[in-house]
Amino acid sequence: MSIDLSQFHGVFFEESFEGLAVMETELLDFDIAHPDHEIINTIFRAAHSIKGGSGSFGFTEITNFTHVLETLLDEIRAGKRNMTQQDIDVFLRSVDCLREMLTSARDDTALNHDLVQSLQSELETYLDQTDTTDTQQDNQVADADTSAGKTAEVSWHIRFFPHSHLFQTGNDPLRIIRELEELGEIKSECDLSALPLIDGLDTEQCYLNWNITLTGNINEEQIKEVFEWVEDDCDLSINLLNSREETQQNANDNNNGEQQAEAVVVAKAEDRRQGEDRRKTDRRSAGNTESTSIRVSIDKVDALINMVGELVITQSMLGQFTEQVDIANHEQLNEGLKQLERNTRELQESVMQIRMLPISFSFNRFPRLVHDLSKQLDKKIELKLSGESTELDKTVMEKIGDPLVHLVRNSIDHGIESPEVRQAAGKPETGLLHLNAFHEGGNIIIEIEDDGAGLNKDKIFNKALERGLVSKDETLDDDQINDLIFRPGFSTADTVSDVSGRGVGMDVVRRNIKDLGGTVGVKSVEGKGSVFRIKLPLTLAILDGQLIRVGNQIYIIPLISIIESLQIQQEQIKSIVGEAEVYRLREDYIPIIRLHSIFNIESDSTRLEDGLLVVVEGDRQKVGIFVDDLLAQQQVVIKSLETNYQKVDGISGATILGNGTVAMILDISSMIGLSKNTQHFNHIEHKAA
Amino acid sequence: MEQQIQESTHVTINTQSESEQFLTFMLAGEEYGVDILRVQEIKGWDNATEIPNTPDYIQGVLNLRGTIVPIVDLRVRFELEKIEYSNTTVVIVLKVKGDEKEKTIGFVVDAVSDVYNIDQGQLKPAPDFGSAVRTEFVKGLATIDEKMLILLDIDHLVDADIKLNSSEVTH
Repeated sequence: MSIDLSQFHGVFFEESFEGLAVMETELLDFDIAHPDHEIINTIFRAAHSIKGGSGSFGFTEITNFTHVLETLLDEIRAGKRNMTQQDIDVFLRSVDCLREMLTSARDDTALNHDLVQSLQSELETYLDQTDTTDTQQDNQVADADTSAGKTAEVSWHIRFFPHSHLFQTGNDPLRIIRELEELGEIKSECDLSALPLIDGLDTEQCYLNWNITLTGNINEEQIKEVFEWVEDDCDLSINLLNSREETQQNANDNNNGEQQAEAVVVAKAEDRRQGEDRRKTDRRSAGNTESTSIRVSIDKVDALINMVGELVITQSMLGQFTEQVDIANHEQLNEGLKQLERNTRELQESVMQIRMLPISFSFNRFPRLVHDLSKQLDKKIELKLSGESTELDKTVMEKIGDPLVHLVRNSIDHGIESPEVRQAAGKPETGLLHLNAFHEGGNIIIEIEDDGAGLNKDKIFNKALERGLVSKDETLDDDQINDLIFRPGFSTADTVSDVSGRGVGMDVVRRNIKDLGGTVGVKSVEGKGSVFRIKLPLTLAILDGQLIRVGNQIYIIPLISIIESLQIQQEQIKSIVGEAEVYRLREDYIPIIRLHSIFNIESDSTRLEDGLLVVVEGDRQKVGIFVDDLLAQQQVVIKSLETNYQKVDGISGATILGNGTVAMILDISSMIGLSKNTQHFNHIEHKAA
Repeated sequence: MEQQIQESTHVTINTQSESEQFLTFMLAGEEYGVDILRVQEIKGWDNATEIPNTPDYIQGVLNLRGTIVPIVDLRVRFELEKIEYSNTTVVIVLKVKGDEKEKTIGFVVDAVSDVYNIDQGQLKPAPDFGSAVRTEFVKGLATIDEKMLILLDIDHLVDADIKLNSSEVTH
């Protein structure tokens, strides 16, 4: 039977790229001073599966290259050589090279063979530096060979408890046990207790489990490899029973490599491996069993979200209708509607959840970026990531990527000083860059913190003066000065580098974040460091809104922009030059925007004291919006006006209310701009028909 | 593809298809027609939500099963006398094409009239009235049973009002 292997190519490439990403991450994590055996194992495993896959599919060049890489890794793994910074760099370059090879194999494009060759010979030179002659090794034999003499005879206890559907995945426990037998002396006990009587027996179910004791020159890696194909379809525990002699490299690493420590490592390794390889394994088994994740096009998800949004509206329409008619006699109808409401809400929540991804997707690129940049700039930087599992909308994530990269580059380039400067300032040589993400209210906060030089306020002020962004006699507080860096055309980099300092940076960052409905600010202490804080809505699809009424029109103000709402006190209304109205709010004077006048609509009353003032913040400026009434607060689905119409000043979009009518969502910063124009021209010119 | 659209929208006479169907509607006593393939649906008049600071002929937006659709009052658009909406007043929802994207827009008219097959040969170009009458949105004139039909070039009409091709408006 011949199988067309090309149908699996897609999966192979995907897996391999994921493997490369794992290798990259782990390499960057690797601490030469304190080598972590597990990291090397992970890197090795990734390389090994790429080698295996490329071999099966006939990508010989990739196989050969990975083979050399794997051999080198294996030596490190076996403790024959130590990992140096140089090695890490070579490995990183190999990762890049492999990525290129895979891309060219996938897209059928030309590959720079010279580059591959030169890197491969470089790797081979490395290999020759140690006295390994065994370059022809194949994985399992190789493991046994290289660890022979290093690893002493040990006994492992393996508890293999296959899930009942194991046969359906095309695996056979007998084959696995036979394979184990090849590794060493095996004692196996089969537990038949779950076996039903013959008439209740389903021949496609697996009812057996095994207790296996395996003795030989074996490491846990080899055992796990045997179980690799079934690790998601069974409960597996591998424990070290005894080790008659410590392995040499363990003796090096831990002064007294205790059994327990070893066992813990195994357990940890198992956890980690399962986590990392889960997706991979899932997809591999997708062909023959149900899988735990599927890839769905975003269009389908959006269509689903849209339809659920409709359902919510229909449901609330029904709800409102039943309030008007007497349904006291229809208890069941009432019950049913209540249940419908609950179910639709839950459905909506789960559907929104589909679009959410952990921010680690965005954070993942930074270890490499920081590694490369710190080398390029000769700085020592430790990157700390936290809150990677914080979830946010895919669209928001895609759009926040570039601003984040910019801010990180900026912190490295301008923030963290060179080791010499840091030492002179009495700081540790290695600078700390901390990326943190967490939820706060209905928002996600991303913080980029460095312990570098901080913002130099005098320099910023002078630069701003030079660029004409401020006037000489302006007095600004610290935060206002720091905020100047977000102004267009501002850059204080002493030299223009390709890292940052083109002066188009921070204002673009702020604009991009603003486009997402978020804010960015900076706090900085000179000499101590800076924190950039980005606040973003969790999703672009819905927002928490405050419904307000002006005349017979209903508008929605995003709750995120509202600071407070208050009854207008006449004595607090002041005017400037007899025209511009301001309201005295405690210590501040805030401009009043009359919604009815900037939108040219009828309001109940034009007397300020008859209405309410909603104090909002947009563009770092507080304004009060004069409205007739405040209505409910509710979550609304954002619909674009631009889909069928065009952008409208002062409006960010529209939504559909419970009664099926459309309401406009206000765009606060654009409205502030609009009101400034209105005050200048006193009226807004209608576009001529 | 693009060329085809342009041909069917800007060239008055298309010799390839012999006859086209047009949906006609009444507006101040005159009968207008639009390509029936563009008609998405016809619905009764419903109060639209106003969009602030838009031209008078933009009545507002309606919720069409979850899509926000702008509504154009054709009487106001053609600077005809405004009348109270009655129970024959309808909104014809049309698909309007630009070079890049398609938009769905509703048009308020006095009443829906009929559907006619019109041969391309029957189509006469609109006479030039100079600047007095707006004829640039007229695709052509046709005569059915001694009645004159004014066939509208809806893409051209909307393109003049709403930017069909650039949704990015920079401030």
